[in-house]
Amino acid sequence: MTAPRPSRLARPVVGLLALALVGGIIVWDLAQAGLPDPFHAPPPLALGSGTAPTGAHCAAN
Amino acid sequence: MLARRGLLGLSALLLVGAVTVIAGPRAGLLAALGIGFGLVLEGLRFGFAGPWRLMITERDARGLNAQLLAIGLTAAVGFPLMAAAPGEIMAAHAPVGLGVILGAFVFGAAMQVVMGCGSGTLVNAGSGNLVGLVTLFGFIAGSFLGTLHLGFWTALGTLPVISAQSLAGAQGGLWLTLAGLAALAALLAVRAAPGKRLPGGRLALAAVLIAALAALNLVIAGQPWGIVYGLGLWGAKIAQAGGADVAATAFWSNPVHAERLSQSVLTDVTSLTNIGLVFGAFLIMRGRARPDAPVAALALRGWAGIAIAGLVLGYSARIAFGCNVGAFFSGISTGSLHGWIWFAAAFLGSAAGLKLRPLVLVPATPARAAA
Repeated sequence: MTAPRPSRLARPVVGLLALALVGGIIVWDLAQAGLPDPFHAPPPLALGSGTAPTGAHCAAN
Repeated sequence: MLARRGLLGLSALLLVGAVTVIAGPRAGLLAALGIGFGLVLEGLRFGFAGPWRLMITERDARGLNAQLLAIGLTAAVGFPLMAAAPGEIMAAHAPVGLGVILGAFVFGAAMQVVMGCGSGTLVNAGSGNLVGLVTLFGFIAGSFLGTLHLGFWTALGTLPVISAQSLAGAQGGLWLTLAGLAALAALLAVRAAPGKRLPGGRLALAAVLIAALAALNLVIAGQPWGIVYGLGLWGAKIAQAGGADVAATAFWSNPVHAERLSQSVLTDVTSLTNIGLVFGAFLIMRGRARPDAPVAALALRGWAGIAIAGLVLGYSARIAFGCNVGAFFSGISTGSLHGWIWFAAAFLGSAAGLKLRPLVLVPATPARAAA
């Protein structure tokens, strides 16, 4: 039984492709949705801010 | 090597700085937090799918008990925080139903096929694992598709939301959760092989760091660490760009989700930590003197199987109200019963998935391996 041969795509190349995917989504989305309004950015920390979290979480229905 | 690591560190600072300038200081902090998750998960080899496999196949409980340690430490910080600031910090509470049980079982099976859970898929992709990258494409699509059918699965029957807090109050709920985790850890230790019961230094350190990052997630975002929501949002945005009327669907017409859909992903908590996580894993991989070997080449049928498994991972995580992070880690650490049910179902699914793995991962024939 021979050992399986490795893929020709080295890890640094695949890692860069993953970053390109994520970066592409961010840039394309910024072009679609526009830049966030810095005057409506939430406070740095939710704790002590007096504001409720967005509720956009995996447990949301 | 030192120069390269310096450049990698600089690139992380640039990413955090850019996100801060574009989307504000909270977004920058969340991106930094995500990078921290990626550094710890990849740098200290702390995972979820692998330790579950080791427990099932080799009676090695060290990794799984490290996960329980991290969850317990997060709960110890999170419960008092949630009790002190209920309007500012929310828990990952969700109802138990058929969707949770079935979704978790299927997720557990699929994560053993691709050897990556929710966080694991992002870490694998960022660290240059081609299986992880292919899985990620499927995961994004699947978690979006799951949002379209979430109403169907919850309508099949769900219990009211049950939490440790609703059963025993904030303080009693914390003790209940810690007692449950300790009992599970003891059971695993009894079942484990000698010398494979408790985590060693590396895993214990990783557990403490992951718990610290998860607690910071609560403080900064006001909600627990999650993965699937952000990936589903990315899928929804892609579908919308393709002409689908996503905003009219039941899930995405909910004002909470409609706002996320209409705004940049840089305003979404889980998207930001997901982005950072991929980047953090990449930094570790590039910072190593010698990156790990590439994954084994697969036959076309094998790659198709990986993509389908990714789709299944995303879909099942969405209908189960989270993956190993959103449901198991954050659900249990914030007191939700659904996190415990999710764990039981997903662990059984993992045992089934290990049998499926060799059927899906069809290696390339030697002549085509170089492709």
